[in-house]
Amino acid sequence: MTPADSPTASECLDSKVPSGPMSERWSRHKFDLKLVNPSNRRKFDVIVVGTGLAGGSAAATLAEMGYNVKAFCTHDSPRRAHSIAAQGGINAAKNYKGDGDSVHRLFYDTVKGGDYRSRESNVHRLAEVSVDIIDQCVAQGVPFAREYGGLLDNRSFGGAQVSRTFYARGQTGQQLLLGAYGAMNRMIQAGRIEMYNRREMVDLVVVDGVARGIITRNLITGEYERHTAHTVLLGSGGYGNAFFLSTNAKNSNVTAAWRAHKRGAFFANPCYTQIHPTCIPRSGDYQSKLTLMSESLRNDGRVWVPKTKGDSRAAVDIPENERDYYLESKYPSFGNLVPRDVASRNAKLVTDEGRGVGPTGEAVYLDFADAIKRDGRDTIAARYGNLFEMYERITGDNPYEVPMRIFPAVHYTMGGLWVDYNLESTVPGLFVLGEANFSDHGANRLGASALMQGLADGYFVIPATIASHLAGRQLQEVTTDHEAFKEAEASSRERMDKLMAIKGTRSVDALHRELGNVVWNHCGMERSAEGLNEGIKKVRDLRDQFWQDLRVLGDPQTVNQDLEKAGRLADFMEFAEVMMNDALVRDESCGGHFRAEHQSDEGEAKRDDENFSHTTAWEFSGEGQLPKEHREPLTFEEVKLTTRSYK
Amino acid sequence: MIQKANHGDMRLTLEVWRQAGPGAPGGFKTYEIVANEHMSFLEMLDVLNQQLVERGEEPIVFEHDCREGICGSCNLTIDGKPHGPRERTTVCQLHMREYRSGDHIKIEPWRANAFPIIRDLMCDRGSFDKIQQAGGYVSVNTGAAPDAHCIPVPKEDADLAFDAAQCIGCGACVAACPNASAMLFTAAKVSQYALLPQGEPERERRVIAMVDTMDEQGFGNCSNHYECEAACPKGISVTNISRMNREYARATLKKR
Ligand SMILES: Cc1cc2nc3c(=O)[nH]c(=O)nc-3n(C[C@H](O)[C@H](O)[C@H](O)COP(=O)(O)OP(=O)(O)OC[C@H]3O[C@@H](n4cnc5c(N)ncnc54)[C@H](O)[C@@H]3O)c2cc1C
Ligand code: SF4
Ligand code: FES
Repeated sequence: MTPADSPTASECLDSKVPSGPMSERWSRHKFDLKLVNPSNRRKFDVIVVGTGLAGGSAAATLAEMGYNVKAFCTHDSPRRAHSIAAQGGINAAKNYKGDGDSVHRLFYDTVKGGDYRSRESNVHRLAEVSVDIIDQCVAQGVPFAREYGGLLDNRSFGGAQVSRTFYARGQTGQQLLLGAYGAMNRMIQAGRIEMYNRREMVDLVVVDGVARGIITRNLITGEYERHTAHTVLLGSGGYGNAFFLSTNAKNSNVTAAWRAHKRGAFFANPCYTQIHPTCIPRSGDYQSKLTLMSESLRNDGRVWVPKTKGDSRAAVDIPENERDYYLESKYPSFGNLVPRDVASRNAKLVTDEGRGVGPTGEAVYLDFADAIKRDGRDTIAARYGNLFEMYERITGDNPYEVPMRIFPAVHYTMGGLWVDYNLESTVPGLFVLGEANFSDHGANRLGASALMQGLADGYFVIPATIASHLAGRQLQEVTTDHEAFKEAEASSRERMDKLMAIKGTRSVDALHRELGNVVWNHCGMERSAEGLNEGIKKVRDLRDQFWQDLRVLGDPQTVNQDLEKAGRLADFMEFAEVMMNDALVRDESCGGHFRAEHQSDEGEAKRDDENFSHTTAWEFSGEGQLPKEHREPLTFEEVKLTTRSYK
Repeated sequence: MIQKANHGDMRLTLEVWRQAGPGAPGGFKTYEIVANEHMSFLEMLDVLNQQLVERGEEPIVFEHDCREGICGSCNLTIDGKPHGPRERTTVCQLHMREYRSGDHIKIEPWRANAFPIIRDLMCDRGSFDKIQQAGGYVSVNTGAAPDAHCIPVPKEDADLAFDAAQCIGCGACVAACPNASAMLFTAAKVSQYALLPQGEPERERRVIAMVDTMDEQGFGNCSNHYECEAACPKGISVTNISRMNREYARATLKKR
């Protein structure tokens, strides 16, 4: 059976969305949920994997409520999670600017922005709790930007028509994460959170069908450790590093989610990835990651490439009539401000034609010459000074003098482990939060909405919904001697031994780079059935090579960063195939998923609502086997489906 | 493409601290490498590691994650300077165009008693977490917060608090200080809350607990060298240290 003809074999997933009017669902649901008596909470152990915005906020809040929390992260401190790098801001429907924002508008924008591939009820809840997030963070002392009157400032972000984005200079993620880190620290000090730094979850332990613990590897000593709990929460982040080059932190990975997937958690919509149009392009084969530049640059910069292929003249030497301002000519009304996916795809089109610029040919110009002429250098410096400086630091070019070079890069992953309305995965007792789940962004995420979702999940949703499991099920005590723990630890050790025993010739990074290339070329900005089929073959070949020719040196009983990376790459190698299968089966274009076969005459994405108004969730069905496809139909009660147009 | 990428190549000699484990004797090892001016410093180390693996030698352990100067993971002392030669720049943001062909570069980890070396260039900065755990927060339970606009903050205070809050917890200040003092790091957090109304109720308790923990963790005293400020990639100002000293004096007086 090929994945392309499997859809008929699917069962429908139950999202457990409550009934009733949309705006009352969350309140009603909270009322209907069982409660865990405060005096009983200390009898429950909760494992939280990840201390980013999602995991950190959940760990702190659950500890405050009285649960016994054990928190885990791969970093040396919870404060270093990838969330720290978020720049732009966090959305909330506060309507502090009085410009007509509301919970309903934020809900509506998010469903529409997700190209109608998200679950309405979840998104509505997200919009509802967004306002509480800001209150909580301000009470913690998060230093958001303020106006002279002392009240909070907001800006409009990512094309939103209202100003609902709260920000802390260009370091919003950092300040929010330090807020959650502080809240965690308070609970660590109080003995309510046991913090395990430098521990990598390498397996999920399922006892009698319920998630009851994890196996971790101590990244300093190499020891394997067993941890029991009554419930396991994953906030382990996104899988963007399947592409090797992305804007994600280097240690971001899919391992925790993938291990859980192999223990029964379905993986939803893995093909939905977001590609950000304004990143600093790669400069050579040694490139290790890509840096995001704020999208706001497109407000004043003009995007262009030379009209002729292979034109190697310096930008200043190319006369005006030999330049192609392709976004302006193709999309006269939106011009350089078309949405992320449209801008990205067009950059790929022109570079594929051989008209890309810079040493690698994989870049387009973003030119500020006209803006500087029009508004003056000082005005442009006031707007973008820090970004220009960052660009110069990295590239050595001065954007006041020569146009910037930009290129799209993988930035965020909308897919993730499938969860129901309670954020519970298909493994009872396993909850998934933040970027690691698939829940709220459909096929495309709006700017400043990931921070909102991570904190919504951790501060407000999980603390309520976790009771559905803890109070709703009979949970026997389990100990680390249980067979399931033994088996999980043994299989983790075996995997590691296998990696160490290959003793081939190729380094982990070399193989990861190659995987990244395949995923980028076959499942990147534009996908096609032909390309995906070919990509799947390449991934399989590469996986074989990995298991035959990998070289990991040194001792597994001490810090061994190559061994850590090898374990993660092994998972990416398996994951990449599912991602491509998913892209193949989703025979339509939507959001960040663009299938070359499905575009309008003008090259716009064409959704197929009749056949693809659903979430696809993959069930693991054994090593080397094609996963089984499941579906959750999406129904739209509040938002009317429309087609985007930016002409 | 390959040809163009080779433009800007440079030959370098690196002396890198290698140490097998905590407490093990360490020493500098010399490596020759061809780097490119467009590489970041850490990418140069990636390339070296790749070559080491190909030659059958164990790669050098070093910490990094975001590679954008915000997570605070990277911690290399380059030619005696924490984070290297460029001002207000973390190692991960440093690029090789700072160097010329033929240069010798000496790379070692942070050196401080409170940051024991784990392996090669990796050290244990857990003592920083301990300081934060002692009081680097506002005690407010989730869900108990009033509307955000109930707490107005004058913009000047908010901006100053933000300046202090930018600390990335890297530890360069400690590595640069002749006494290995953690005053700048601790003062940054104390200042953030001392400047904000949210910090007021726990003001005295916080500063005493954090300063006491700092001492317990084995950091040295501050004798006003101000090397910390010069090394800090985020430009955290030493005025925060004077603010913390005032806060501490005030708190101890009040307690008596
Ligand atoms: C450059 C950049 C800028 C961004 N800017 C914005 C923005 O302005 N606004 C916005 O809304 N969003 C933004 N985003 C997206 C947003 O930052 C992320 O989606 C979000 O922070 C993810 O949070 P998280 O808590 O889900 O995961 P993360 O912050 O990625 O945390 C993952 C945690 O899991 C741990 N972990 C992972 N695997 C394991 C394992 N196996 N065992 C143990 N622990 C593990 C890690 O140690 C870490 O603590 C940006 C993203 C990038 C890359
Ligand atoms: S004060 Fe500066 S040098 Fe010290 S930890 Fe903070 S950011 Fe690093
Ligand atoms: S790697 Fe994050 S600050 Fe350097």
